[in-house]
Amino acid sequence: MSAVVYVPRDAAALSLGAERVASAIAREAKSRGIDVTLKRNGTRGMCWLEPLVEVVVGSERCGYGPVTERDVPALFAADFLNNGAHALQLGRVEDIAYFASQQRLTFERVGVIEPTSFEDYVKHGGYEGLRNAIRMQPQEIVQAVTDSGLRGRGGAAFPTGIKWKTALEAPAPQKYVTCNADEGDSGTFADRMLMEGDPFSLIEGMTIAALAVGATQGYIYLRVEYPHAERTLAEAIQSAYKAGYLGADVAGSGRRFDLEVRLGAGAYICGEETSMLESLEGRRGEVRVRPPLPAIKGLFGRPTIVNNVISLASVPIILQRGAQFYRDFGVGRSRGTVPIQLAGNIKRGGLVERAFGVSLRDLLYDYGGGSASGRPIRAVQVGGPLGAYIPASQFDTAIDYEALSGIGALLGHGGIVAFDDTVDMARMARFAMEFCAIESCGKCTPCRLGSTRGVEVIDRILYGVDRDGNLRLLEDLCETMVEGSLCGLGGMAPFPVRSVLKHFREDFLKPPTR
Amino acid sequence: MSEDFSDIIDQYQHAPGPLLLVLHAVQRKFGFVPAAAVPYIADRLNLSRAEVHGVLSFYHHFRQAAPGRHIVQVCRAESCQAMGAEHLAQHAQQRLGIQFHETTPDGEFSLEPVYCLGNCACSPAVMIDEELFGRVSPEQFDALLAERGGD
Repeated sequence: MSAVVYVPRDAAALSLGAERVASAIAREAKSRGIDVTLKRNGTRGMCWLEPLVEVVVGSERCGYGPVTERDVPALFAADFLNNGAHALQLGRVEDIAYFASQQRLTFERVGVIEPTSFEDYVKHGGYEGLRNAIRMQPQEIVQAVTDSGLRGRGGAAFPTGIKWKTALEAPAPQKYVTCNADEGDSGTFADRMLMEGDPFSLIEGMTIAALAVGATQGYIYLRVEYPHAERTLAEAIQSAYKAGYLGADVAGSGRRFDLEVRLGAGAYICGEETSMLESLEGRRGEVRVRPPLPAIKGLFGRPTIVNNVISLASVPIILQRGAQFYRDFGVGRSRGTVPIQLAGNIKRGGLVERAFGVSLRDLLYDYGGGSASGRPIRAVQVGGPLGAYIPASQFDTAIDYEALSGIGALLGHGGIVAFDDTVDMARMARFAMEFCAIESCGKCTPCRLGSTRGVEVIDRILYGVDRDGNLRLLEDLCETMVEGSLCGLGGMAPFPVRSVLKHFREDFLKPPTR
Repeated sequence: MSEDFSDIIDQYQHAPGPLLLVLHAVQRKFGFVPAAAVPYIADRLNLSRAEVHGVLSFYHHFRQAAPGRHIVQVCRAESCQAMGAEHLAQHAQQRLGIQFHETTPDGEFSLEPVYCLGNCACSPAVMIDEELFGRVSPEQFDALLAERGGD
């Protein structure tokens, strides 16, 4: 009988040599005359263990990691195909504490199945949600999503069901479902990991959304920086068509749904929903003035759902297990689970899916193991480049939309970037303005000019020019940008700056740098 | 060259909102979007030259000049900064003898900044010709260049 070995094909694993490991295993097996079937899964999200090689022993999956190609001969010598002892042996993968304590709903299959195998997806509960949805009225599907408490995981946290209801009730000959896969926030990679590890769950989620609102065409707006995800999605979409789960007659329902991937072109602003729609229409990604809402007048002027990858990929399990099942996870008004991404200066970086309510401290230390450098963690930025920097004194804050906004922060897309005590927070504040200047679409003045002036004002503070006056000016400028910008880029870029002024002001007051 | 543009436009002309699709296809073929393509695309898609140029120049991904044989992207976003990306960026510029947005005189390498490659649990990240690398030290950076013919 052939031994089955999993080596991830996720971009993070590949970036650490997974392809060479896979080749080395095939080579070594051949030279030893052992029959090995190599399967390529997504990542389990334990990135510090990548490349994480898993061997099927009986009904268990036993892990070894992080494996380099040089380790492969020794692994064979240690009989790793039968879970033999070796320095890299991890035991049953599901028992690794980092993984065992998670509550994997949206990421249930990621790292487990072969991402582009339709059969594997169905074998692991895939398309059960869609089959239920086909038997329901559109209003019932929307009600289930509303009742689940699901809120937009892209960052805005708007109730998904309400968005769907608006689109459902907007009469039009053509409606669209679009997926915002322009995951540009530094510190986030959940969308990429999902699309590379379980693309069918996104496809199924979009198909359910289409049934719910009466859309027949879908687009996944994918950032061009994700070539691996592009290939995986293309393969999965093709398989779904072949299996009759996309196209003229979705799963025998008599309903049409077509799906296409469109590539972005390196503009951060296109993660903002109206600018994403402009880009999908083939124009400059400049934001639109709202109203009208995209759910009423969106892509090509038609009612359009714009949801993030994780929001859409969470829909199948809600329709499969029921709204109540999903909303039983979480706290307060933050229902369900959230994939937290641990990034930056962290020892055990990766993805942790947990119900809302887990504290920053637990994530940073129990999961993350503290900083990678071994120095104290001084600050974390939560929610991407527009999120606040949070000081160590607030690490007991829970991951919960309301708790975070209570301390002037935001969850955003769930990325946590850790910095040790060597960080210069004034430089990070300057970078927030600089990034906004690079990425501003230019449509509104507070963002376009404010960000450039922001960099200049911070430079004057750092150079020691009229520090008190310029610090006041910076606060004024932040207020103007927050109140006057058209969208979240200019409207939120001041958040990290203000958080530095509040919690790390001393970094602005160090001896002048010029 | 204009036959190439023509083939590409034939392929996408009837897609809704085709301009980005066309620009992507032209860049995949030529490595950049040649100036000669702009009036041609404008004419065929019934847009003004200004509209095509406006889109072309809006997006960081589209190039208006031929890049080097290899495109080296170094991530400069926060997560990578927390793991020494600025040091790596300095090193990359020194090693290649060029600034960001420039190409080495021998036409081998173009150096570009990028703001997040989605490999944030393995910072700092670098992408070379769509191949992704994580936890890249300056020494590893040199080795990656050497493998691609950089001395």
